[in-house]
Amino acid sequence: MTPMSPPGVKRHMYLITALILLSVVSLLVAVGTGSVTLSMTELWQAVRLPDGNASSLIVWDIRIPRALAAFLCGGLLALSGVVMQVLLRNPLADPYILGVSGGAAVGALIAITLGAAALWMTQAAFAGAMFSVLLVFGLAARSRHWSSTRLLLTGVVVSAGWGALINILLTTSTANTVQSMLFWLMGDLSQSRPNLWHLLILIGGLAILLSQARHLNALSRGDLSAAALGVNVARLKLILYFSAALMTATAVTVAGSVGFVGLVVPHMLRLLGARDHRWLIPGSLFLGGSFLVLADTLARTIVAPQQLPVGVLTALIGVPLFLVILHRGYRRETS
Amino acid sequence: MKSPLLTVSELSLCSPGGILCEPVSLSLNAGERLAILGKNGTGKTTLLHTLCGLQPVTAGAVSFEGLDLRELSGQQTARLCGMLFQHEAEPMPATVYEVVMLGRLPHARQWHWESRQDHDIVQQSLKLLNLSSLATRDIHTLSGGERQRVAIAAVLAQQPRVFMLDEPSNHLDIAFQIQALNLLCERVSQDNTALIMATHDINLAARFCTHVLLLNGKGGYRFGDTASVLDSTTLSDAFECRVDMIVTPERRLFFPA
Repeated sequence: MTPMSPPGVKRHMYLITALILLSVVSLLVAVGTGSVTLSMTELWQAVRLPDGNASSLIVWDIRIPRALAAFLCGGLLALSGVVMQVLLRNPLADPYILGVSGGAAVGALIAITLGAAALWMTQAAFAGAMFSVLLVFGLAARSRHWSSTRLLLTGVVVSAGWGALINILLTTSTANTVQSMLFWLMGDLSQSRPNLWHLLILIGGLAILLSQARHLNALSRGDLSAAALGVNVARLKLILYFSAALMTATAVTVAGSVGFVGLVVPHMLRLLGARDHRWLIPGSLFLGGSFLVLADTLARTIVAPQQLPVGVLTALIGVPLFLVILHRGYRRETS
Repeated sequence: MKSPLLTVSELSLCSPGGILCEPVSLSLNAGERLAILGKNGTGKTTLLHTLCGLQPVTAGAVSFEGLDLRELSGQQTARLCGMLFQHEAEPMPATVYEVVMLGRLPHARQWHWESRQDHDIVQQSLKLLNLSSLATRDIHTLSGGERQRVAIAAVLAQQPRVFMLDEPSNHLDIAFQIQALNLLCERVSQDNTALIMATHDINLAARFCTHVLLLNGKGGYRFGDTASVLDSTTLSDAFECRVDMIVTPERRLFFPA
């Protein structure tokens, strides 16, 4: 058997097209489902003519912002998951591995304790996330190089520290605030409103990662191999860590710490054959986005009129999915 | 007269443990093939890494056709030197084809996809190392020898001016050792490039290289053409182990006594 035209380009095109379709469908489903049942005609009317009646308010003020927030957040998490897995050369790396979610949670919880408005809560979460990243880098830095092991260990230890602080805040709070704190900790999109900044960070992050996609391919073969292929490894890593941290902090600010998206989505795509980062990166954006949109739609309908935090749903779907993938991967390697 | 392809002058070899060798000077012309020999820990890998810019030049100078290595960008260096590593980091998932295609990275332009020519070069490299049928296999599923052939195919696809090979015969069976080195040497004379290999196999060095750099581990080195450097006294001294020689009609063979 001899190969063949350049392998995979067509297959990758199909994959990306399918993922774009999935994204569109998931957004439509999210806008079309909810506690108030709207017929197709009502929906179309509401989307076309935002005239202030009840159904158009539901669609434009509640469902569309929430669906967009979910898509944005899922996309950001999946993108930074891809980057973290390459940077730390560890398949278990996820966007939160450097303590981003812990720092953000402490920030948000302090804001909740102080009874701050929602706006301040997101600011505090963002500040906490970035503080945690800088802290981890500061502690792990030795000369100008960060070894992955040091970063990983520092991240895990700092996260444990944040965990302790979170527990202190939870146990010393009044029953009223504990409920909203728990929702925040589990990841929740019910209060989320995306704004232009979030979108800019998503687009900017995507552009940066795509511009470095071939270098990411080289980096996933190891630091030395990448350097021998002419990649400026120190600079590339700095760019990647910074982009990933910013994207994760943004996602956490929008929705709290939603688990599993950043861990599972890149692995699913690699198993589907998208290992070249020029496909893996856009693929992760679409799959991560639609995964979270669908999970959130379930979260708000499954026990309606009650709502579940979306983080619970991503874990509920993510855990079995991840186990299946691991099992399949194991069989593939040993066969 | 044209300057040699590679000139090394008064280059210090340092490891975290200290200075490995007196400053090294040598030059290599197009078409020449250099073997670096020496005991474990004498600085063979350090020298290769320094020559291709992976370790900073602390004292002395390295230049390619008169261009100082320190003035070259990473991408320029990668077009000049193709490095084959002794140990590869534990790889992330990728197919054989994708790994060999990475060899074309130094020739890539930002935002450009691989050209028809890149694909042709990759397919030819795969074919030369009998890897065509493995092109779509995941690198994780390959044996050690197959992975080494993938790495050699990648460095061939890189089309460097100087091949820098750290233990190229690692994991290869004897047939592939000869096939791979024949291939690399043919490539060197065809394209008027050069080759440097660090190896423990004195006989491969004797058979395939025109020049030898022998690091004796006591801070000294000998550089010269293969016939003049390789003899049993020098080798016995450098390896601190008696090395004997048999002369056959075709070549000289060295073995530990």
